[in-house]
Amino acid sequence: MTDLPLLSIVTFLPLVGAAFILLVRGEEAVVARNARNVALLTSAATFLLSLGVWAGFDNSTADFQFVEQAAWMPQWGINYHMGVDGISMLFVILATFLTPLCILSAWEAVQKRVKEYMVAFLILETFMIGMFCALDYVLFYVFFEGVLIPMFLIIGVWGGARRVYAAFKFFLYTLAGSVLMLLAIMAMYFEAGTTDIPTLMQTPFPYAMQIWLWLALFASFAVKVPMWPVHTWLPDAHVEAPTAGSVILAGVLLKMGAYGFLRFSVPMLPEATAYFTPMVYVLSVVAVIYTSLVALVQEDMKKLIAYSSVAHMGFVTIGIFALNQQAMEGAIFQMLSHGVVSGALFLCVGVVYDRLHTRDISRYGGLATNMPNYALVFLLFTMGAVGLPATSGFVGEFLILTGAFKANSWVAFFAATGLILGAAYMLYLYWRVVYGKLEKEDVKAMLDLSPREIAVFVPLILVVLWMGIYPNSFLEPMHASVSNLIENYQAAMSVVDDGTALANR
Amino acid sequence: MAIAGMALLMIGVFQKGDATKLVGWLAVGVLVVAGFLVLMAAPETVTAFNGQFISDRFAIFAKVLVLGASALSLVLAMVWLAQEDMKRYEFSVLVVFATLGMMMMVSANNLMALYLGLELQSLALYVMAAFKRDSVRSTEAGLKYFVLGSVASGLLLYGASLIYGFSGSTSFPVLAEVLSHGTPTGVIVGLVFVMAGLAFKVSAVPFHMWTPDVYEGAPTPVTAFFAVAPKIAALALFVRVMMGPFADLVDQWQQVIVLIAILSMLVGAFGAILQSNIKRLMAYSSIGHMGFALMGLAAASPNGVRGLLIYLAIYIFMNIGTFAIILSMRQKGRAVEGVADLAGLSRTMPGMATALTIFMFSMAGIPPLAGFFAKFYVFMAAIEAGFFTMAVIGVLSSAVGAYYYLRIVKVMWFDEPVDTFDRPAMTNQVVLWGSAAMMFVLFIWAAPLIAGAQMAALSLFPG
Repeated sequence: MTDLPLLSIVTFLPLVGAAFILLVRGEEAVVARNARNVALLTSAATFLLSLGVWAGFDNSTADFQFVEQAAWMPQWGINYHMGVDGISMLFVILATFLTPLCILSAWEAVQKRVKEYMVAFLILETFMIGMFCALDYVLFYVFFEGVLIPMFLIIGVWGGARRVYAAFKFFLYTLAGSVLMLLAIMAMYFEAGTTDIPTLMQTPFPYAMQIWLWLALFASFAVKVPMWPVHTWLPDAHVEAPTAGSVILAGVLLKMGAYGFLRFSVPMLPEATAYFTPMVYVLSVVAVIYTSLVALVQEDMKKLIAYSSVAHMGFVTIGIFALNQQAMEGAIFQMLSHGVVSGALFLCVGVVYDRLHTRDISRYGGLATNMPNYALVFLLFTMGAVGLPATSGFVGEFLILTGAFKANSWVAFFAATGLILGAAYMLYLYWRVVYGKLEKEDVKAMLDLSPREIAVFVPLILVVLWMGIYPNSFLEPMHASVSNLIENYQAAMSVVDDGTALANR
Repeated sequence: MAIAGMALLMIGVFQKGDATKLVGWLAVGVLVVAGFLVLMAAPETVTAFNGQFISDRFAIFAKVLVLGASALSLVLAMVWLAQEDMKRYEFSVLVVFATLGMMMMVSANNLMALYLGLELQSLALYVMAAFKRDSVRSTEAGLKYFVLGSVASGLLLYGASLIYGFSGSTSFPVLAEVLSHGTPTGVIVGLVFVMAGLAFKVSAVPFHMWTPDVYEGAPTPVTAFFAVAPKIAALALFVRVMMGPFADLVDQWQQVIVLIAILSMLVGAFGAILQSNIKRLMAYSSIGHMGFALMGLAAASPNGVRGLLIYLAIYIFMNIGTFAIILSMRQKGRAVEGVADLAGLSRTMPGMATALTIFMFSMAGIPPLAGFFAKFYVFMAAIEAGFFTMAVIGVLSSAVGAYYYLRIVKVMWFDEPVDTFDRPAMTNQVVLWGSAAMMFVLFIWAAPLIAGAQMAALSLFPG
């Protein structure tokens, strides 16, 4: 393909934009305007460039593409190594797709310290993209942890009333998890002599070591996903974060944990994965059912959607650990879909929050009368979250359930009850907010979507429908990588089986 | 080379100019020149003064660190002297003497030379702690430091004499030779005393009690100096003593060091949580950092020493930068040092707030900042040596430690501003931004530093 280091450009372009914004001086209003424009332009340019990655992506191979390598600490086999395969490429697109929309959505909502906000967001984008592209474990860890800094500031500075508590909880939960992963990385380094991800994937680790490594990685990724019972930081962080922060949190950051499972736990530690699969099933099923029930009784819109995120990510972990083609593709697809849909739902909440400055569900009602466009948009994304056919949510959930049924029918059964509950709480939310009589005076005064808001939602609507009606354009790139992952896993397991068979003989 | 250093120091002493500034800058010049001389010196291992001192790559690396740290904190101190209107050139001279003591410690090759260097350094430091002599807190700090420090020195001396009594020599190579043929019990007892004395100097738990009080009481630039240079020298000395003559007793001292490291990390992490004075907070933070650095020593391997040296190098910049900010915390000409005084700094002085944020995240060990690699390499050494429990405790206490670093960030970014600071002095800003830049530079181009530390570490391991 090209000699251009496209991935590096995509990764670090936002950083250039951030540097530009830092240089802006002058009156506050002027600075704010310039910062917004620069941030939007850079993130849009990043998105367009990342589309170039998709366009140049070769669907037929499971190898890493757009690979770049540069010496970083050559004596220790730690290199700057970037590349994407079918699993990570779409996440890169997801991150670049959501960021400009977030910046656009914060256009008016964020009025204080606009410059810092935009800088933090662009830095965040760099870390997110870098994380999905990194092919060196240390590099991955750097980006993985780096995300915490801008996110901590975004929640803490621009968040709601209990923002300090939420920011600390978010930071310390995730940090405590990831430092254990750091130790695992080092242990793997001493075993394999490198932190290069493709090499690590080929390295067989001894069984006893795998168990410990797996647990250390699990501590990190499970917090990030988040899986029950370490999900409690998520509702707090979501509720207190500014709208755009929630969108990124739900849309991209949650995917980092699941991506970690796909990239590290399953391919590198197959035997431990097999050993722990029942535990993951149990935790995921609990997450799906329990958090759905919790979501049902929430009074706060954002909290409800946050709990629904936990439930949806429960589906994703089931899909990953079902370890067959359908379920795993379903899980990836569900992650993409959830990224778009839940992001959009948070934006929907943001729209009414900007007008009434409350997230209390009971303060709304009857919005269908005075905000018909909003009602329509909100309905569409609610349907997407419920998993109605023709929306993106359906495809992912269907694939996961099919795959899970093959692996373990009970898990599929319990997960399916989660679907019903999901429909219940989403429709209940929609009913309370949009239908009913338009009685409250302040709610009557609310205006329908502004052109800027429509501009935010239109791309999201298009993507949700596209993913629902013609999912193949998203499933196609991941086929080769996923089947390669499964084959390697099966191969590793059959070696183990042979080994035990020999030992038993 | 040690001679050249000393000759230059004499010039510094005899500069009886009235202007504090002149002597100050001259002292900085001396330190820098000495640094160059150290760098120019032959990298082979040479001994001087009948084998009292040794110069090898390890000594060179540590000396450069010590000199750099001293020079940087001296620059900061001069601004402070000017601001406080203290016209006393003795300050710079004391720093130079302390630094000389440290250099002697670093390249000591004999228990006698070790003790000499240590005392020269300590005496200068005692005076410095009490330098603001009309302040009760400063004199109290000085006295406290002196009394406790003397006890520690006494312990060390007692240990040294025990070792001499049972092995018949104070020279490191001879000791190593003797101990490789079997270990008299008295030597082990003596070693414990020596370790206690050294642990006091690096303020490792359980000999850390003096640190918060002295840090808080001493004038801030002195604290800045305390936080870096003596720590580096003492740790380097620790490494040399343990890895040199007592390398064969590794089974005996390793468990002690592991315990000290774990305790230091925990006390550092939990002790700092409730501090409201930023200097006390930094004291606990430095206890914690020493714990992390000692993990490298506990590993007792070239990789461990390498990790420790890298840790120290990065630690200098983090601390000097932070103290440059603490020194800039002045309201209406008066220095303040409460954490709460930083409230809303991001609103009033975004530049300084950003820099302090960088340092705090770096100290917490979050990538993409240099502090991450500092921790990374010591943990790596610990894992390699099989100390999994210690490593797990270490990372978890670093997560606890992140809490109080974050608290500072929180105060600066999330709280409403109360009062603005005066404009910081130009020098402080230069030091500040230089250090902040190093956080990224050392992260991206870590290779030269690592290579240097690697060579230094290997020079301690013959063969």
